[in-house]
Order: sequence, then structure tokens, then C-alpha cells
Amino acid sequence: MKVLLVDDEKELVSTLAERLSLRDIEADWVTTGGAAIKNVESKTYDIAVLDVKMPKISGIELKKKLEEINPVLKYIFMTGHGSEDDFITASSESGAEYYLVKPVNIDDLIQKMKEVLINPDKRDK
Amino acid sequence: MTLFEKLKPKFWDYQDVAAGPYKHLFNFRRIWNLAVVLISLVALIPLISITLIDYGVTQHSVESEVLLRTSRLVSNTWRTVSFFLAQRRSALDFVIRDNSYNSLHDPKRLSAILGNLKQGFGGFVDLGVIDSTGRQRNYAGPYKLEGIDYSDQEWFKEVTEKGVNISDVFMGFRRTPHIVIAVRHDFPDDSFYILRATIDTDKFNELLAHLEVSGQGDSFLINKDGILQTPSRDSGNVLDRIPLPVPDFSPKTRVYEGKAPDNKQLVIGYAYIHDTPFILMIVKQKNELMKPWRKTHFQLIGFLIASITIIVVVVLGVATYLVNRILIADQKRIMTLHEVEYSNKMASIGRLAAGVAHEINNPLAVINEKVGLIKDLFTIKEEFKGNRKLIELVDSALSSVDRCGTITKRLLNFARHMDVKIQMVDIGQVIGDVLGFLSKEAEYRSIAISVNVPGDIPQFESDRGKLQQVFLNIVNNAFAAVKDGGKFDITVKYEGADLISVTFTDDGCGISESDLNRIYEPFFSTKTRQGGTGLGLSITYGLVQELGGSIGVQSEVGRGSSFVVTIPLKIEKKEKKTDESVAGR
Repeated sequence: MKVLLVDDEKELVSTLAERLSLRDIEADWVTTGGAAIKNVESKTYDIAVLDVKMPKISGIELKKKLEEINPVLKYIFMTGHGSEDDFITASSESGAEYYLVKPVNIDDLIQKMKEVLINPDKRDK
Repeated sequence: MTLFEKLKPKFWDYQDVAAGPYKHLFNFRRIWNLAVVLISLVALIPLISITLIDYGVTQHSVESEVLLRTSRLVSNTWRTVSFFLAQRRSALDFVIRDNSYNSLHDPKRLSAILGNLKQGFGGFVDLGVIDSTGRQRNYAGPYKLEGIDYSDQEWFKEVTEKGVNISDVFMGFRRTPHIVIAVRHDFPDDSFYILRATIDTDKFNELLAHLEVSGQGDSFLINKDGILQTPSRDSGNVLDRIPLPVPDFSPKTRVYEGKAPDNKQLVIGYAYIHDTPFILMIVKQKNELMKPWRKTHFQLIGFLIASITIIVVVVLGVATYLVNRILIADQKRIMTLHEVEYSNKMASIGRLAAGVAHEINNPLAVINEKVGLIKDLFTIKEEFKGNRKLIELVDSALSSVDRCGTITKRLLNFARHMDVKIQMVDIGQVIGDVLGFLSKEAEYRSIAISVNVPGDIPQFESDRGKLQQVFLNIVNNAFAAVKDGGKFDITVKYEGADLISVTFTDDGCGISESDLNRIYEPFFSTKTRQGGTGLGLSITYGLVQELGGSIGVQSEVGRGSSFVVTIPLKIEKKEKKTDESVAGR
């Protein structure tokens, strides 16, 4: 399982990557949408974990761009805003698979990653 | 309670507690007074003026009519009496011209003439021929009057001077009342003789006796000294003096108002009869004549009183109704201002809460990850594994992060539901969210909160934001009412027929019976001095109505209150604000 973490908060995303590595999950991290696109172009990932609200490009727009590059990539969103139904309302058009509200529990995140890979169709449009 | 206390309208004792834009725009009692006074004046002044003018005009016209009728009657009677006397005088004139002095000296001839006059004209009693010395030379009639000397008599002197005389009624030699008409005939040698006739006063009296005089009137003749010449009904008998002053001479008929000796108002008409000593008088009782007017006058006063009463009642009613409506409209205006301000405030709080929560969430997430990494290192790296103390510290930091996360989530959740649509609502969760805000206060004040939500309550469609506000208002009120260490209970019940009830019971100070009917009224507050607006329950009431539910309360002073909010499990799509929610009950 290879994961790309995208969040403008460097301290968060780098620490999260390190914690995943400790759990034997290969995780790269970037802090901008542009860097994320470059990474996806150059490497193959199974899952992208995106922050919904980022400067310049939102997580949802970024997802659309990444889908063009890697159609099989799965997505998990992280948000500092509100709860599940709120998120669904905001992102239903883009077909978000999973979300997590910050602060994220690492075990929950890993659980979701596993679910995404096992049930790839869940919440797909 | 006095009658005024019962009748006085709502606005009468209205005390304006608000200030600034929430102040009432009007002084209701002043508007009411002004409206009542102005409308009454505008309505009553023309009415009273017209009535008074009509009163005067009608009275004047009735009086004029009375005077005119009296004047007409006097004129007509005057003509009759004048004609009666003139006719008889002309007859004598004719006799004296038609007969020579010698033939008149013939008793037979004189008797024949008397007979003819009686038959032709009537009223003649006797006839006499008197020479220039005043001695009666010939006489025809029922009395023995031949040779009598009339030279001392007033009438003889008059006729000698003026050529003709009609006497007052007098007794004379025969001792019965009579009138004398005497005509002088001159010879060429300056000597003369007089033909004298006596007129029966009965015939004369008849002229007036048959007169129909209205208003208990009286008609009679007097002479210039005020002595009655014909009998009268009220003023005495023939030759008595009338109790009224003799009217001034006037060539025409005149009518004036006078007073009887008993002070009764009289209408007196009179006319001097030319070439006679007589004055015709007709006297009427003014009271009797004005009787028809008095009836009209009572009707007019009755109409005026009835109209004034109706106008005053209508003016009072309309002014009270309108001012009450203005009060309600003004309360609605203030209510709306408050509602707008309230929802603005809630929206601002929501935005602020969302902003704060989001800003806190990011550093919180970093702390979470950093502490999580520390824990990971402790648990995964062998060298720290046995150090339980460190792991406990890290766990404690993580649980604090969790708590912060819960708070920010709750804030976001609450703020997100401020501007709301209909959605599926879990009643237990809404209650939990609301209590979450007050759990710390409950803890500090040792208020025991129990929540009882049965598991079979389904999720239902409703406006979550409104429910939150309703519950928050009620819970806030309950917290204000209970003492430290008090009890507060929330019980949800399925009521069947697609209804659930949420009962909020506290053991606080309670609400007095008199206040109980007014708690939903806008601006009714027992906490005005502590900054209460008196709108909390009023807004709550409005919100519950908008949700299609109802709110009820039971309370006992000193034992606590119990608010029951009943909510339908399916909200009606058509939301409507009822008038009552604003107007209060």
C-alpha cells in the first residue's frame, strides 16, 4: 500500500507520514496541489489522502486533476470543517469516497484506507 | 375591581420598558385621548350647532305663525264688528234722509220705520227723534221714554259736535246695557234734530261669542278706558274693567306678547274700531298655542341626546379598537426587530464558532499527530516500551486533544445548523448537543441532569436549527430557575399519531399563576432588571409554531416548572407564522 498525503500544514502531514511509516505503510507527503500532481505523475500510489481546504487549489479540485492522471487512485479526505453529512453535501458531485474530521485518529485513518482498498466501489458515483 | 378597571383597554397602563429602536413609537393613551376628543368635537359641534339653530328657527317660526294667526283673526273680527256698526249707522242715515222731520214726528210712521229696521237689519230695539235742546220728541220702542231730556248725556254732546255718535255700552235710563247710535240732521237755519237708535247688545255679543279662538282664547270689546263692552270668558263681565292695560292706539291691527296678572304668558291682538269707542281684543294663552311646538322640541332634544350617545359610544369604541391595533402593530414591529437582531446574533455566533473551531482544529491536528508520533515511538521502539509513566502522559495529552476535538466538532455542528433546512433529526443527538454547551455549568453548580430518550424514537424530518434554539432557550430558562444542586430532567416520549413530546422538568423557583398566562407574550419578563428582553419564550413559542408543534407549561411557585414541547414527526412543508405567535395570548 502506497499513500500520498497532501495538506498545506507541513507539520501535520510530515508527522502523519512518519507515523504511517512506523506502521509499515509507505507514505509520501507534499504541501501543495502542484507537488501532488508531480508526485502522482512520477509515481504510482494506491491512495491519496487530501485536505479539503488548501490554498490555490481545493482538495476536491485536486482530486479531479489526479483522476485524469491516475484513474485507479482512491481518495480519502480530511477536513477541519464539520462532520460527515456536511462533507457529503459539499463533495457529492466529485464522488468522494471517505472523509475524516481533523484531528484524525491514526487507527481510524488506517481502517479507512483498508476499507477503500477492499470496497473500491463504496460511495463511488 | 372597579368598572373602569374591567373596561380599560390593554394599552391604557402600557409601560414601555424598552429603549432606543425598541421603544414604542407612540404614546397610546395620548393618541386615544386625542382621537376621542378630536373625533367627538368634529362630530358633535356641527350636530349640536345645527340642532340649536333648528331649535331657534323652529321656535321662531311657530311663534310667528301664532302671532300671524292671531293678527288675522283680529282683522277678520274687526271687519265684522265694524261692518255691523257701519251698516246700522248707514241705515239711520238713510232713514233721516228719506223722511222729513214732520213724518218722523208721526208715531205710526216711526214705529213702521223701527219695524222695517228690525226686519231688515235686526238688532234695533227702539228709535227716537230728539230735537236740538235734547228733548225726545218722538219715540218708538218698548220703553216709556217720550219727552225725556238727553241734554246732559255724553252721547248727545258728542253727536251735537260731530254729527254722528256710537256710544259705549251703558245702562242709561232703562237700566240694561245698550249701545246708542245717533245721527244728526241739519236744517238750513242751523237748527237740527237727531235720530237715535238703540242697538240690542245681545246681537252685538253674538258677533264675538261665536268666534272660534284657539289656545283657550278670549275675544271681547273694550272702550278706551278698559271697560268691557261685551262679556268675556276670563276677564270679567260687561262694564267690568279688564285686568290688562289698555293697548296704545294703532291705526292697524297689532299683536303683542304680554303677561296675565297670574304671570301667564299671553298673546294679545287688538284693533281700534274707527269712529267708535271700541277696541277689539283677542287674548290667547301662549302656553296652549305653543303645545305643538313643545312636542317637536322634546323630539328634538331626544334626538340630540340619542345622537350624542351613539356618537360618543362609537367614537370610544373605534378609538379603542384602532389604538389597540396600533399597539399590536407596534409590538409586531419591535418583535420583528428583535427577531432580526436575534437571528443576526445567532448567525454571527455561528460564523464565529465555525471560524474558531476551524482555526483551532488545524493546530489541534498537528498536536494530535505529534503526540501520536511520540506515543508511536514509545510503543513501537523497544527502548521506551517499559516506561508506563511516559505512555500515561502521552495518553492524557491525546485524550485532551480528543476533548478539544469534541468541543470544536460540537461548535461546528451547532453553527452549521443555524441557517437551516428540513433534514433528518435524531432528537437524542439534538438534546445532547444543547446540553453539551451547558454541561460545564451544570457540573460547577452541581445540577443533576437526567436525560431519558427511549430507543424506539425514530429519526424524523424537522428543522434542526429551530429545535436547537427551542431547546436551548428552555434549558437556559430552567438553569436560571434552579438553585445550585437542583435537578433538571428531560424526557422524550412517543405520543403516537406521529407526535413526540419532550418534557423539561426542573425543581426551580416556578412561575406564579398570574404570570403563567403571560409568559409567551412578547416583552413580558420578570428579569427586566437583569437584562431580560422578555422575548425568549415568545420567540420559542413562535419557533415551535413554525415547526408545527405546540408548547405547554405547568408550574408551581417554589416547586418548579415543567415545559412540554410537542413536535410532529413530519413537518408541514408550508411554514406559516401565526398571528398569535407575535401578538401573545
